[in-house]
Amino acid sequence: MTPESNLTGQDTTRRHIEHFVADLDETPLQATDKVKEDSAPSSLWGEAWKNLRRQPLFIISAIMILAVVVVSLFPGLFSQIDPSNEACQLSNSDGGPASGHPLGFTQQGCDVYARVIFGTRSSVTVGLFTTIGVVLFGGIVGALAGYYGGWADALLARLTDIFFALPLILGAIVMMQLPVFRANRTVWTLVLILIVFGWPQIARITRGAVIEVRNADFVVAARSLGVSRFRSLLRHVLPNSLAPIIVVATISLGTFIVAESTLSFLGIGLPPSVMSWGNDIQAAQASLRSNPMPLLYPAIALSITVLSFIMLGDALRDALDPKARKR
Amino acid sequence: MATYILKRFLQLIPVFLGATLLVYFLVFSLPGDPIAALFGDKPVNEAVAAKLRAQYNLDQPFIIQYLLYLKSIFTFDLGQDFSGRPIAAVLGEVFPVTARLAVMALIFEAVFGIAFGLIAGLRKGKFFDGTVLIASLIVIGIPIFVLGFILQFFIGVQLGWAKPTVSAAATVQDLILPAIVLGLASFAYVLRLTRTSVIENMNADYVRTATAKGLSRFRVVNVHILRNSLIPVVTFLGADLGTLMGGAIVTEGIFNVPGVGNRLYRAVLSGEGPTVVSIVTVLVLIYCLSNLLVDLLYAWLDPRIRYDS
Repeated sequence: MTPESNLTGQDTTRRHIEHFVADLDETPLQATDKVKEDSAPSSLWGEAWKNLRRQPLFIISAIMILAVVVVSLFPGLFSQIDPSNEACQLSNSDGGPASGHPLGFTQQGCDVYARVIFGTRSSVTVGLFTTIGVVLFGGIVGALAGYYGGWADALLARLTDIFFALPLILGAIVMMQLPVFRANRTVWTLVLILIVFGWPQIARITRGAVIEVRNADFVVAARSLGVSRFRSLLRHVLPNSLAPIIVVATISLGTFIVAESTLSFLGIGLPPSVMSWGNDIQAAQASLRSNPMPLLYPAIALSITVLSFIMLGDALRDALDPKARKR
Repeated sequence: MATYILKRFLQLIPVFLGATLLVYFLVFSLPGDPIAALFGDKPVNEAVAAKLRAQYNLDQPFIIQYLLYLKSIFTFDLGQDFSGRPIAAVLGEVFPVTARLAVMALIFEAVFGIAFGLIAGLRKGKFFDGTVLIASLIVIGIPIFVLGFILQFFIGVQLGWAKPTVSAAATVQDLILPAIVLGLASFAYVLRLTRTSVIENMNADYVRTATAKGLSRFRVVNVHILRNSLIPVVTFLGADLGTLMGGAIVTEGIFNVPGVGNRLYRAVLSGEGPTVVSIVTVLVLIYCLSNLLVDLLYAWLDPRIRYDS
C-alpha cells in the first residue's frame, strides 16, 4: 500500500462525514458531547410521553380511567343482576350486604353494586361527548378569534364573555326547564345543553394559545413560502397550540360529569328511569340518616371518576409545560 | 388608568345586554307557554291567561318585551312574581342571605387557602406539601353535593358540631357549615395558586437580596414573598365572589338556606319566568362588576402592569 493511496482513501471519507469539530474521542468533553446523531429529533409530545411514563399520578389516573371506560362499555361483565327499577324487589328495601349483593340494597330494593356498575355509562357518555362538542365548537371560535384578530376577535370575544357570564349549572337549569327539553330528557339533550354553556372556557384557552403561536417564525416561514392563511392555521398554528387545550379539555371532562350528576340530583337532568349516579344519589338522599350506603357508593364512584380525569389533566399539564418542569 | 376604567366599563355593557337578552330569550321565547304551564293539569282559563300575558308584556313582540324589561330594571320596578309579591321585595329578602353565605365562604377559602398554600410552597417537595397537594386534588374531584351530604351527615348529624340545616333567619352561626361546603372547592384552588406563586417568588432576586441583607426569615416570608405571591390569589378571590353567589344553588338546596339559589330553583321548577330573569340578571350584574373590580385591583396591586397601551 503506497502512502498516496492511503491519503486519497482518507480524503474521500473526510468529505463524506464533514466534521466541523474534532472527533468525539479526541476531545476531553466526550462524555458531554456524546450526542446520538442518528436519533430522531425529540418533539414536545415525545418529551411529554417520556415524562409522563415516569409520573405515578399519570399511571394511576390512566389505569382508573381505563377501568371506568371498560365498565361503561361492558357493564354486563361486572354484574349479572338486572338493576332496573322494575326488576327490584321491595322486600329487599334498605337491606344490608348479603351473599351476591356486596353493597346492600336501596330503598327501592335494588342492588347497590349493580346500580353503580350500570350507572357508569351515562356519566361517561355525557362527559365524553360534551367534551368533544365543546372542544370542536369552542376550539373553532377561539382559533378564528385569535388567528384573524381585528373585528372578528372583538365580536367573538364579546360573544364568549356573554356566555361566560352565565355559570354552567345556572344556564343548564334555566334551559332544562324549557318545555322542549323537559319533555325529552335524554343523555343527548344534556350533552347539547352542557355544550351550549360549556364552550367559552375552551374558546378562551384556544384564543390565547393561537395568539401566542400565530407570529412564530415557523408560521411566518410557511406563509412566506406561499401557504395560504387558512392552511397555515390548520397545519402550523393549531397543532402547536394543542397542549393547553388538551389539558383544559381533560379537566373539563370531569366537570361535565359533575354537571350531569348535579342536574340529575336536582331532578332536572336525566329522568329517574335512566340509571345514573346523580339519580341514585338523589333517590338515596331521603333515607340518608337511616341507610347512608346507597348514597355513599355512587358518590364514591362519581368522585373517583372525576378525580381521575382531574389527576390526568394535572399530570398532562406538568408534562406539556416545559416552563413548569424546570422548577 | 381613567381611560382604561372607562374602556372596561364600556365593554361591560354589551356583555350585560347580551347575557340578559340570552336568558330572556331562553325563558320566554322557546316553544312552550309559561302561562299555560302555570295552570298545571287544569284547563287553561283564557281570560286569566290573557290578563297575565298583558301584565308581563307577553302579548308584545319579543324585542319590545325585552326593551320593556330593560326599562323595568333601570327604574327598579321589577313587577310582581306569579304569587303577587313584588319581585324587588323577594330579591331584597334572598340576596342578603346569599351574600352573607358567599362572603363567609370567601373568608374561609382565603384564610385557609393562603395559609396552607404558603406553608406548602415554603416546604416544596416535603411531606406536608405532598399531602396537601393530593388532598386538594381530592377536594376538587368530589362534587359539591357529595361533599355537602358527607359533611352534613358526619359533622351535622353524627357529631352534632354544627346545625345540619339552616333556620329561616340564616344567622352567621347557622351558615358556618354551608359556607365551608360552598368554599371548599375554591379553597383548593386558592391553596394551589398560592403555592405555585410562592414557589415562583422564592427564587426571585429581591428575596435573595432581602435574605442577604440579614432580614429575619419571618420578615422575608411575610413582606417579600407573601405579599408578592398574593397578587394572582386576590384576583382569583375577587372573581370567585360572583361565581359563589351564582353557584350556591346546590349548597343552598342541601342545607335549606333561604337564599338566591333556593328561590331561583323554585322559580325555575314552577316556571316563574319574571322571577328567574330578574334573579339571573342581578347575578350577571354581580359577576360583571366583580370582574371589573378584579381588573382594577390587579392594576392597583401590581404597579408593573400598565394599561395605557
